[in-house]
Amino acid sequence: MFVVVVLLSLVLETFKSDIISTVEFNYSGELLATGDKGGRVVIFQREQESKNRPHSRGEYNVYSTFQSHEPEFDYLKSLEIEEKINKIRWLPQQNAAHSLLSTNDKTIKLWKISERDKRAEGYNLKDEDGRLRDPFRITSLRVPVLMPMDLMVEASPRRIFANAHTYHINSISVNSDHETYLSADDLRINLWHLEITDRSFNIVDIKPANMEELTEVITAAECHPHQCNVFVYSSSKGTIRLCDMRAAALCDRQSKFFEEPEDPSSRSFFSEIISSISDVKFSHSGRYMMTRDYLSVKVWDLNMENRPVETYQVHEYLRSKLCSLYENDCIFDKFECCWNGSDSAIMTGSYNNFFRMFDRNTRRDITLEASRENSKPRAVLKPRKVSTGGKRKKDEISVDSLDFNKKILHTAWHPKENVIAVAATNNLYIFQDKIN
Amino acid sequence: MFPKGTKRKFSDSGDEPPAGSDDVNQPSSAAVRMLSSYSLQRQSLLDMSLIKLQLCHMLVEPNLCRSVLIANTVRQIQEEMTQDGTWQIMTQALSAANAAAQCSADRLVATEVLCRQTEAAQGEPAPKPFPAVGSEGCSAEEVVVVEEEDEGVEGGVIMSTVSPQAPTAYLPSTFGIDPCWEEETGEEEDEDEDSEECASGSEEGDNDRLVEDSRTAEQVFGTFEIKNPAPSPDPALEELFSDVDASYYDLDTVLTGMQSAPKMGPYDLLESLSSHGPSPLSSSTSCRSDLNELDHIMEIIVGS
Repeated sequence: MFVVVVLLSLVLETFKSDIISTVEFNYSGELLATGDKGGRVVIFQREQESKNRPHSRGEYNVYSTFQSHEPEFDYLKSLEIEEKINKIRWLPQQNAAHSLLSTNDKTIKLWKISERDKRAEGYNLKDEDGRLRDPFRITSLRVPVLMPMDLMVEASPRRIFANAHTYHINSISVNSDHETYLSADDLRINLWHLEITDRSFNIVDIKPANMEELTEVITAAECHPHQCNVFVYSSSKGTIRLCDMRAAALCDRQSKFFEEPEDPSSRSFFSEIISSISDVKFSHSGRYMMTRDYLSVKVWDLNMENRPVETYQVHEYLRSKLCSLYENDCIFDKFECCWNGSDSAIMTGSYNNFFRMFDRNTRRDITLEASRENSKPRAVLKPRKVSTGGKRKKDEISVDSLDFNKKILHTAWHPKENVIAVAATNNLYIFQDKIN
Repeated sequence: MFPKGTKRKFSDSGDEPPAGSDDVNQPSSAAVRMLSSYSLQRQSLLDMSLIKLQLCHMLVEPNLCRSVLIANTVRQIQEEMTQDGTWQIMTQALSAANAAAQCSADRLVATEVLCRQTEAAQGEPAPKPFPAVGSEGCSAEEVVVVEEEDEGVEGGVIMSTVSPQAPTAYLPSTFGIDPCWEEETGEEEDEDEDSEECASGSEEGDNDRLVEDSRTAEQVFGTFEIKNPAPSPDPALEELFSDVDASYYDLDTVLTGMQSAPKMGPYDLLESLSSHGPSPLSSSTSCRSDLNELDHIMEIIVGS
């Protein structure tokens, strides 16, 4: 049951000037990774509940920061390759260390984050400063002893998966077999083995023989959470294709094709652009998937291809503003969406630092704002409303007053609890349920 | 969401196609106004889209998804305009105007967006900066320009400020007219039926005008590095995508800077060679055409 009133807010401004470009909880929810436009990854860790500090339950503090990607220059094309982190995906934890995949437009890297809280002391050949001991002075052997030290979190790049994408990578997704993952760019999807960096399999290729005939690109892709042979990818024309890797080596022919027929009454020149899907996410159960287009979020039953089972309007009041939004390029903004742990609620962002949550069972929805003025720690967030009619009520905000530069594109939901992370430009907000 | 001023002014000027003028069963003036305002809105959307396709921030490779969506919108508008006959009217007016005009080319409209009018323009107000981003729709100055046109519906948007960063590779030779490249190749390729009409209609007038325009163009683009001397003035959309195709290690590309037909990228090559990887189906056909082109290019270089 989704709790409507959201209370705890923690504003973390580690990012100063860099815009957050991706947010992702790990499998347990203990760690939260963020990537930014400057190529940095910052990982937050949840504080354990302790009797000494009862009020700090659930706070996320910085755990590790590292530079994942650097800007590069493509000399042949005379173009820069941005270091912006497009996506981070955690790998399931297999030992004490944590691993994640982070990607920019061209290169995917596997990072291992490990803790070190002990160090060896009492070496034979060198002393504590690291200086070599004079061999003539060594008269006896000793066994080095492990002594505790301050916790140090180190991140090291273990694999670099490069040179496999001509176009910009928009998605990565770890397979349920925990051995492979896929990466998708505008026209191709590749399948990798986590251990092998010099080879990948191309499993989808929608590049036309003649680039002049290009009318559709891949916008997002994801592996099925349980069936390691199934994945989906969405397109700029508002379609989703589900593919089975057992059917053929090259999955150009889909197994299922999801598309909602267009409503002829609302057709305009912008119809195609607003139907372009910016994100696709399977539910945790694997029975449903959710797609985000410009104005709405749709939930699809994997067994029904001809229309979604649920449609939620995120900001329908923008439909009459499409021309302005086209002019200022906001119509091309790629919003993400996410499920809660039990698949009973979904969340997505909007403009003016608003984000929306929909309860699938009760059909209730709520609009909240992530802003510093309205969020003191432990404060209850007030629901917001955009006035669509002529008359504007007291607390409502009119459509024309919305700030389209303040957009919430990236949100994440804790896999088990009602804790959410919301990225508003260069600020990260973490909210949780009210606790009595 | 179109600017309010546009509607009122445009509805007064005789922008309707000549067809319905003598008809007894003329639609009411309100309907006529609505129709013409729709056409103008559509034209302004077309202009906006074309400018978006060019004004790419060329330090980083532009967003392919965005470009594809804008190009599809342009195509959609073109198709609709072809269907209701506006297309022919506009391009005929364009060619007629071009043939008649002096080197000042005072009839340059948004469809030939790239060539900027200089002070030689006659009777034309000084080019005003087009608010490409951020503000609402067309400014009042553009309204004035359009009113001077007396043929069909033409969006008189003059782009006066060409960003010096604008890549020449992205210059759209819209509707078959590519003044900046014409000098080099002299041929036109018709990509689709829609542009056929305008291409044939404007060919004669073009060549004269183009030589003069290229002077103007040079002033504007003189400092630009011409990365891709386009082999043929493909329509806007095609030029756009031909450059996006990356032939990293293709020797022809490096030597001649030409990118015509899409070539097999290095990854396709790797994949087709790899015993594990399935190669994309298109790679073999493009490989053959690549070889033909390679021969052709080698001939040119060798000078045979």
